[in-house]
Amino acid sequence: MSDNSGAAIHGSPGSTDAVDQSRRGFLTMATTATGIVGAAFAAVPFIASWSPSERARALGAPIEIDVSKIEPGQMVTMTWRKQAIYVVHRTPEMIAKLPGHDASLKDPASKASDQPAYAANAKRAVRDDFLVVIGNCTHLGCLPKTRFEPGQPELGADWPGGFFCPCHGSRFDLAGRVFNGSPASVNLRIPPYSFTNDATLVIGQDTVAKGAA
Amino acid sequence: MAGNNDSPLPVRTGFLGWLNKRLPVDVFVRNQLTGYYAPKNFNFWYFFGSLALLVLVMQLLTGVFLTMHYKVGELTAFDSVEYIMREVPYGWLLRYLHSTGASAFFIVVYLHMFRAMLYGSYKSPRELLWLFGMVIYLALMAEAFMGYVLPWGNMSFWGAQVIVNLFGTIPVIGPGLVEWIRGDYGIADATLNRFFSLHVVAVPLVLLLLVTLHLVALHESGSNNPDGVEIKEKKDAKGNPLDGIPFHPYYTVKDIVGVGVFLTLFCAVVFFMPTFGGIFLEKPNFEIANPMSTPEHIAPVWYFTPFYAILRAVPDQQMGALLMALSLVCFFLLPWLDRSPVKSTRYRGWIWKSALTIFVISFIGLGYLGLEPPSGLYTMLARIFSVTYFAFFVLMPWYSKIDPVKPVPERVTNDHG
Amino acid sequence: MVESLMHRNPLGRTAGRLAMVGASLALGVVLLCSPAVRAAETAAAGEAEHAVEWKSWKAGNSIADTASLQRGAANFTNYCLGCHSLKYLRYERLGKDLNISPELLRKNLMPAAAKPTDYILSSFPKADGEAWFGRSPPDLSLITRSKGTDYVYQFLKTFYVDDSRPTHSNNLALEGAAMPAVLSDLEGVKRAVFSSATGGEGKMLERFEQVAPGQLTAAQYDAFVRDTANFLQYVGEPTQVEREGLGIWVVLFLLVFTWFAWLLKREYWKDVH
Repeated sequence: MSDNSGAAIHGSPGSTDAVDQSRRGFLTMATTATGIVGAAFAAVPFIASWSPSERARALGAPIEIDVSKIEPGQMVTMTWRKQAIYVVHRTPEMIAKLPGHDASLKDPASKASDQPAYAANAKRAVRDDFLVVIGNCTHLGCLPKTRFEPGQPELGADWPGGFFCPCHGSRFDLAGRVFNGSPASVNLRIPPYSFTNDATLVIGQDTVAKGAA
Repeated sequence: MAGNNDSPLPVRTGFLGWLNKRLPVDVFVRNQLTGYYAPKNFNFWYFFGSLALLVLVMQLLTGVFLTMHYKVGELTAFDSVEYIMREVPYGWLLRYLHSTGASAFFIVVYLHMFRAMLYGSYKSPRELLWLFGMVIYLALMAEAFMGYVLPWGNMSFWGAQVIVNLFGTIPVIGPGLVEWIRGDYGIADATLNRFFSLHVVAVPLVLLLLVTLHLVALHESGSNNPDGVEIKEKKDAKGNPLDGIPFHPYYTVKDIVGVGVFLTLFCAVVFFMPTFGGIFLEKPNFEIANPMSTPEHIAPVWYFTPFYAILRAVPDQQMGALLMALSLVCFFLLPWLDRSPVKSTRYRGWIWKSALTIFVISFIGLGYLGLEPPSGLYTMLARIFSVTYFAFFVLMPWYSKIDPVKPVPERVTNDHG
Repeated sequence: MVESLMHRNPLGRTAGRLAMVGASLALGVVLLCSPAVRAAETAAAGEAEHAVEWKSWKAGNSIADTASLQRGAANFTNYCLGCHSLKYLRYERLGKDLNISPELLRKNLMPAAAKPTDYILSSFPKADGEAWFGRSPPDLSLITRSKGTDYVYQFLKTFYVDDSRPTHSNNLALEGAAMPAVLSDLEGVKRAVFSSATGGEGKMLERFEQVAPGQLTAAQYDAFVRDTANFLQYVGEPTQVEREGLGIWVVLFLLVFTWFAWLLKREYWKDVH
C-alpha cells in the first residue's frame, strides 16, 4: 500500500508539507490490521454455518432401545448421529470365548482404541451380555458383516466368531477388537451409552455412576 | 490507458520474478492501479462504483453459503428459509446480509447512476461504458426479481405472478411466452426451479462478465469528474495527466473510508432493522405462497416501484407495460438524447438543472407511489410524475441544446489540501 | 465525517444540493398528501373523536423481558396449543432461549408424550378444524412477522359478542374470525357499540360494554395479552435478542475501522494539491 508514498504530485511546487513516513506507516499498519481482524470476524458466520445445525444436534439426542426383545446371540442395528450402532446380545458361550485369543489381537486391552472409560475393560462393555459398538469399521468406515459362528475356514481355522468387513477384510471379535493382519489398526469404537434399567439401553447418554453394571 | 505505461517496473527476483515471467502481475498493478491516473477532484458521488463492487462480492459470498442450506422446490423452499433463520448456525445473519444486500445494491447503483447524470459521465467518449452499466442494471433487476421468488412466500408468489404476466401483454406470442416462462399453467414448482438456477448460476456469471467489461471500458476512457473536464488533455513532461493522481494509493485509501462508512450503515440495518419496516423484507412474505389468496396490498420491492407506478398509472394494460419498458429504454438512449456541449451540471444552465431536479422528484415520487395502494389522488400524482419522467428524456435533445451553459474551465477546480 | 468527504467546491455543493432538495421535495409532496387524504376520510366519517382507536393500540412488549416471555410461553401452552402449532420451534430450543430448565419445561410446558427435541405441534386434528371452524387453525410460528406483534395484541383484545356468527363472537382486527372467543373466561364477555356513522374504514367502534366479567381484571388481561404477543414475537425470530447484542459490537468495530481508514486517507491526501 506504500508504493507511491511520498511521491510528489503535480502542481505542488510551493508545497512545504514534509511527508511523515512513520505516521503513514503506522496508519497503514493500523488500518490493515483492523481490516484483517474484521475479515477474520466476518469469516466466522460463514465457517460456523457448516457446523451441524440446531436440528442436526437435536436429532443427535440420545435414543432408547428396549434390549429385552433381543434374543441371546442376536444383533440389532440402528442409527445414532448418522452412524450404525450394533447391539449384540452375547451368549454365555460367546462371553467365555472372549479372553481366549488375546495373542492374535492388535489391541487386546483396548489401550489405543476409542471407548468411554466404563467400556475400557476386558469385555468392552458395561454389561457382559450386551456389546454396544459403532458398526462403522475403524479402517475406512464400511459396515462389517456378522460372522458369529466360530470356525469359519476363510476367516482362519480358529475363528472365534465376530465381524468381518467386506470392503478391505478387517476382522473383529465379539468385543469389537481387531485381529492381527487386518487393515484396521484399532478396535471398533464404542459410543457413550448407559442402561437406565435392566431392559432399557440409552445410546448417547453416559453411564452416570462409573462401573455400575 | 490514462496512466503512463512507460514508467519502469520494479526489478523482481525469486518467486515474484518467476511469477512475473509467467503472469503480468506487476504490469497489471502498474497499468490498472499505480499508473492508472484518476482525476483528483472526485467528490462524495464517486464512492458508489467501488461500493457496488463490494456489494456484488458480498452477495456472491452470502449467496453461495445460503445455497448450501436452501432447498429449492415448492414443498421445501419456505421451510428451508425458516431452517436457515432458526437452525443453521448464523444462518439468520447470512440471510439478512443477503436480503439487505439486495436493497443496498440498488441504493448504491441508483446513486451511481445519478452521479453519471449529474456530471454527464455517459457522454462521449463514455457511451459504451454507460451502456454496459445499463445492461448491468437490467441484469441486476432480473437477478433481484428471481431471488425474491426463492423464499416462496406469498409475495414471492404473487410478485412472480404479476411480473411474469407482464410478458403476456406482448402481442401474438404473449400468452404462449408466459406459459413457457412458467413451465406450468401457473407459477409453480417448475418456475421456482428455473428461477433458482438462473439466480444462482446464469445471471451471476453474466453480471461478472458485464462488470469486467464495464471496468475495462472505464479504464480505457478514464474516469469523468465533477467538472466534466478531460484530464488526459493536459499532461506533464512524463505524460501523466496534470489533474490526475495514481488510483493507488490515493483512491484506494479514500475508497476504504467509503467502505467503512457504508458497512457501518449497512450493518446497522442488518442487525437492528433487517426488514426495514417491511420495505426490505415484506410482511406477507412470511406467509407461505398461497395461489388461492392474494395479499391485500401487493407492491414490488421498493427498487422496482418507480417503474411499477408507471405501469399502474396507465389505464391500458398493453400501453402500461409498453411505457414501463420504455421508461428503462430511455436510460440507454441518454448519451444520444443529451445534446449539451457541457458534461457537468456545474456548468450547465438553469434549464438543465430544473429538468434534472424535476426528474429526480418524479423518480422518487413514483417510487413512493408504487409502494402505496392506488387511490384517486395518488393515481393522478403518478400520472403527472410519469409525464414529467418521460418529458425529461423526450424533450432532452431540445432543451439540452438551448440551455444557457457556462464556460468550462481548462483544468479541474480542485481545492483539496 | 460525511461533510468532510463532500467536495468543498461551492459549485459541487450546488449540484449535490440540487439533488438533495429535489429528493426532499418529492418526498415532502407525497408525504404531505397522505395525511391530507386520511384527514379527508376521517372528516367524512364524522364523530371521529369518540371512536376507540383500537388500530393504533401498541403491544408495548419487550423482547428482552425474559420473565414476560416465560409467562407468554405458559399462556400459549395453556390457551393456544390446544389448536395452534409452532411448527418451526422445538421445546428444547424454547427452554434454552427462555432460560427454562429442562425439568420445568417438561413439567409445565410439554405435553406428556412429547420429547424435548420435538417441534411444538398441536395435537388438534386438522380435519376437526375444517369441520368445526371452516378452516384449520393456522400455525403461529410467523404470525408476528406476517401481521405484526401489535396485530396479535389487538386481535386478542377485540373479540365481541355477535350472535349472527356461528361462534357467537366476532373480532375487530379480523372481521368474521373463525376462531371463537376462547379467552372470554379470562377477559369476560364484551359487546361492541358502534357509532351510527360509518366511515371509509368500515364500522367505527364507540366503546366496548362488559356483559359478563372474567377471571382477570382489565389490567391483568392486558398484561396476559402483552406477554402472549411478546412470546409470539420471540417465536417469529428466536435469534433477535442475539442479533441486536452482536450488532452493537459489529457497528462499534466498524466505527473504529472507519476512523483508522479516515486518518490514513487524510495522511495520504496531504500529497494532493
